[in-house]
Amino acid sequence: MLEVVTTATLAEAAAAMGPGARFLGGGTLVMRAVNYTSPHVTRIVRTTERLDDIRADGGRIRIGAGVTMAGLIAARETDFLAPAARAVGGPQVRAQATVGGNLCAPHPYGDLAVALLALDAVVHLSGGGEMPLENFLANRRQSGLVAAISVARPMGDAFRFRKVSRVKPKGISVLSMAAHLNRSAGRLSGVRVAYGAMGPKPLRVLSVERALEGADLTAQGVTPALAAATDGLDPPDDALASAWYRREVAPVHLRRLLLGDA
Amino acid sequence: MAKTPVTFTLNGAEAATFVDPGANLLEVLRRNLGDLTPKFGCGQGTCGSCTVMIDGQPRLSCLTLAETVEGQNVETTNGLANGPDLHALQQAFIDGFAAQCGFCSPGMLMSAKALLDRNPSPTRDEVIEAISGNLCRCTGYEPIVEAILTAARAPRRAVGNTVGTVVGTAVGRPA
Repeated sequence: MLEVVTTATLAEAAAAMGPGARFLGGGTLVMRAVNYTSPHVTRIVRTTERLDDIRADGGRIRIGAGVTMAGLIAARETDFLAPAARAVGGPQVRAQATVGGNLCAPHPYGDLAVALLALDAVVHLSGGGEMPLENFLANRRQSGLVAAISVARPMGDAFRFRKVSRVKPKGISVLSMAAHLNRSAGRLSGVRVAYGAMGPKPLRVLSVERALEGADLTAQGVTPALAAATDGLDPPDDALASAWYRREVAPVHLRRLLLGDA
Repeated sequence: MAKTPVTFTLNGAEAATFVDPGANLLEVLRRNLGDLTPKFGCGQGTCGSCTVMIDGQPRLSCLTLAETVEGQNVETTNGLANGPDLHALQQAFIDGFAAQCGFCSPGMLMSAKALLDRNPSPTRDEVIEAISGNLCRCTGYEPIVEAILTAARAPRRAVGNTVGTVVGTAVGRPA
């Protein structure tokens, strides 16, 4: 038997979570499970608290967990996230799917989370705690309900995002990639690279980050990073692509991402 | 099973009903309220045949928990025509043979209306983007894209609903 619990605040919603409970968010994933009478969902928890504000907050931008992909695309403050938000679903899904939900979406979803991971986003939880997105993703079932995320605006063209899908403009990820190419004195420094659909959840690619440290963004400079493109990864085999295919194409797309090729 | 009351605006008129726990908006529109224009295609957000507009945005009614539309403004294909006068989009779909089996048409029309309400003179790429969440297995899409572009060029006229206050927007602009 399914029950729906509606609360006035996110904190009350957090208290209503438990075994069999799913937080509704935008509903694109939860309602799909409900429509197919998933035995794993026995309680839908939702809140009427509005969590859809976007505001600049001391050099960082704080984005409510209930902001939709369409909301991210429309807001000037989050224009750097628009390419990733636009890569999610079709127009109807983007009008509905939320930032908080994307952080919890299973493979092959979560393209926005890939972008946020490369930007070192911080997750703000209901109840006031916060943690780096990477830590949140490591144990997202138990991490709690997301109230907001915050992220620093990347400089110039330092942030790159690319999604590879078989169908365009609406297609599910064969893989997605994001890079935040921080520079110091002309050399790459503190680079962040993240992949989606190359593992069970969005992940940072430490082998590529290390190979890019101190390098410059030239065909020669990125060669070691391309060689390390899939080191230590175990990409999934699914209906969209085989693990073999994902390994083969990852360096190609990484090169295009880093060098800005079409 | 406890039911939840929900009240919203459906094509300009007030709609009130009681919904089962977990019921999606599509079921409620079709079974409770008798609006059979939105279709059940996949139930998982892939096909777009259940597309309606909620507060001006295109949405998948099958992935919308019905009780979340409390107080919101829902538009379906049922509200497009003004009495015997078809909406410019409907007329363009007929004239351009943009429907074959017709199952995707209500969803296509609502995605197209959401686009034209926001952007009365879209480019071809914007039209393609706007219907990218709607599958059609008959037409190959080209007649649909053409019909939407034709409707956007049609003479401006009032559109909307026959009952109550209307949210309707003029579509198209003089050529």
